[in-house]
Amino acid sequence: MRRRALTAAIGLALLAPLAACSGESGPPTLTWYINPDDGGQAEIAQRCTEAADGAYRIATEVLPRDAASQREQLARRLAAKDSSIDIMSLDPPFIPELAEPGFLAPVPDDVAQAVSADVVQGALDASTWKDKLVAVPFWANTQLLWYRKSVAEAAGLDPSEGVTWQQIIDAAKDQDKLLGVQGAKAESLTVWVNALVESAGGHIVENPEASADEVKLGLDSEAGKKAADIIGQIGRDGTGGAGLPTADENASMVTFQGDRGSFMVNWPFVWSATNAGVEAGTLPKDLVDDIGWAIYPSVEEGEDARPPYGGISLGVGAFSNYVDQAYEAAQCIVGVDNQAFYMATNGNPASNTKAYDDPQVKEAFPMADVIRQSLEQAAPRPQTPYYNEVSTGLQETWHPPASVNPDTTPKESSEFITAVLRGEALL
Amino acid sequence: MSTHVETRAPAGQRTGRPGRPVRSDRARAEARLGWLLAGPAFVVMLAVTLYPILQALYDSLFQYRLTAPDDQKFVGLGNYQTVLTDQVFWSALLVTLLITVVTVVIELILGFALALVMHRAITSLRGVLRTAILVPYGIITVVSAFAWFYMFDIQSGFVNHWFDWVPGISPDLNWFAQQGTSLFVICASEIWKTTPFISLLLLAGLAQVPTELEEAAEVDGATWWQRFARVIVPNMKAAIMVAVLFRALDAFRIFDNVFIMTNGANGTTVLSLLAYRTSIGRLEIGLGSAISVLLFLCVILICFIAIKLFKVDLASARGEGR
Repeated sequence: MRRRALTAAIGLALLAPLAACSGESGPPTLTWYINPDDGGQAEIAQRCTEAADGAYRIATEVLPRDAASQREQLARRLAAKDSSIDIMSLDPPFIPELAEPGFLAPVPDDVAQAVSADVVQGALDASTWKDKLVAVPFWANTQLLWYRKSVAEAAGLDPSEGVTWQQIIDAAKDQDKLLGVQGAKAESLTVWVNALVESAGGHIVENPEASADEVKLGLDSEAGKKAADIIGQIGRDGTGGAGLPTADENASMVTFQGDRGSFMVNWPFVWSATNAGVEAGTLPKDLVDDIGWAIYPSVEEGEDARPPYGGISLGVGAFSNYVDQAYEAAQCIVGVDNQAFYMATNGNPASNTKAYDDPQVKEAFPMADVIRQSLEQAAPRPQTPYYNEVSTGLQETWHPPASVNPDTTPKESSEFITAVLRGEALL
Repeated sequence: MSTHVETRAPAGQRTGRPGRPVRSDRARAEARLGWLLAGPAFVVMLAVTLYPILQALYDSLFQYRLTAPDDQKFVGLGNYQTVLTDQVFWSALLVTLLITVVTVVIELILGFALALVMHRAITSLRGVLRTAILVPYGIITVVSAFAWFYMFDIQSGFVNHWFDWVPGISPDLNWFAQQGTSLFVICASEIWKTTPFISLLLLAGLAQVPTELEEAAEVDGATWWQRFARVIVPNMKAAIMVAVLFRALDAFRIFDNVFIMTNGANGTTVLSLLAYRTSIGRLEIGLGSAISVLLFLCVILICFIAIKLFKVDLASARGEGR
């Protein structure tokens, strides 16, 4: 008797959760895979859940910290046809890789039209693959030239008028200061190389839509050599500091905030981070007054720079059970109010130009106009399904910065990446 | 003086011509029970190890990219040819071997010293000492890798400031910018973390050395070193070899420390990282599987060398042979 009761109890315990599953009712829960931030996306998810008025609920799942790991996780899950991925925050360079095999649900025409209005061109380009919008532009990022006013003044430079790389290298060298650039063997190095090559009028990949064995690289060119010259110079003459070979965005910000800080290329998060440091008392009060901002430095005098482009677009999983609701939710997430909120509180610039008129944004980002201009000028990284190979191949051959030689590095990296894409070499 | 100690044949083991002993009903029943008890675990082990190994072998014969599932192409041994003719693979293999040899040798020496200390320690301190020595081993490798990374990091690290009196170390030394210094930190972290493991294995071996042999040697006038080299070490050869084998296999598969500290920059790529980068990073399942299979073959080779050439007896190390 006792045994039977025990069996029944165990059976009940095993079946109860199943019954709960089958009896689930109410609105569908959309899972939004977000990149780590200061809580802004979770707040927007909450706002949109409320705005949906019971049509759906949005739950967030945090992806790994760096873009490459985010891509790894999403690509593996999508390849396994994971239906739990409804919405995902995607780093633009990886969009083609997910769009090409059909991992992203097609954007309905009306949605495409609605989410394209008033959006900066860079964000639209980054969310497009083979002439179709495949993701919804959310926030758009770009790097600015941040400078210490005291250093620029002593060098007789007015960065707001536009400066060249050579000018800031010379200024830093003359005053025994350090440049804030990203020389670590990471995605940030690719961002730097791409901006330099694009600013010099070239492209890393000439035919981004080609198949792996037909991809043609544009590194072994005049533009590639100019880029290599700048990186090699900073690496060798010590203006990047001893930490250059391991410096990512955060490390270069710390260098810039220090006594030997001079000029730095970096994303706008440094502004909110520096202000937070001053408020917390870890940075001197007068530091903020000494910081200025301008458009990214150009390679050639008199020619516009093509600053780096970053940000996040929203993709909807092709295997999601709630594609329609996910697109509705995505439209809510990228609403102008939410973008303005996100920019003002989390420091990530909006892709919608209307958000820049928000008083909250204007107060938090005195440089909002420069960011908007930079976004219009920005050049995305190569839009190819083989971006990972191109980027990692660049990092293999352009690192450490001191080893970069304009006569050999562009040619070697071009040959290496081509061999990797053809399956003839390991990465 | 020579104190040669013969290893006694375990009780019940037949000497002379090897033959299948006639088993009693009870022995057979016990064997059956043994299979019934171990069988399920054995099946699970096969499912979680043999199946992936076979799948990797199969995948390694294809050109297969996870994001292009329809373009799968049979290439035979083509992936192996690509891997084995690539400088990157050989350099990763060399770095892996270097890390394995350096860490295992240093760990063995330090581990032995710690095991002797633990063995001889005053009884009241023994428990505390063992716990203290085990602390690094209890830490998750990723966590210890981060701790060591931040210790040596040029911006947040304290090593450069504490040790700037050592020639070659200055606040401007970027440990993770060159191969030599990067490998030094990687090896140091590995040694710090896993020496306790090796010392515990050796401690178990030390405990098996009959005290009467040591006493007899002492009475015969053997010095400390003679007792150590001629009595203790020969009597715990099995434990030493098992410790070396386990650690060598572990060290050969090193991943966490390199991944966290350098991610393979400056010529610090190891085989596991190369396999990871190819399979998981590039999503090239075919090529990545080929590297994994080669890594697996290397591990088998190490086992073979240890077990066949150095005659490691896993059973006697656990004290089963006695």
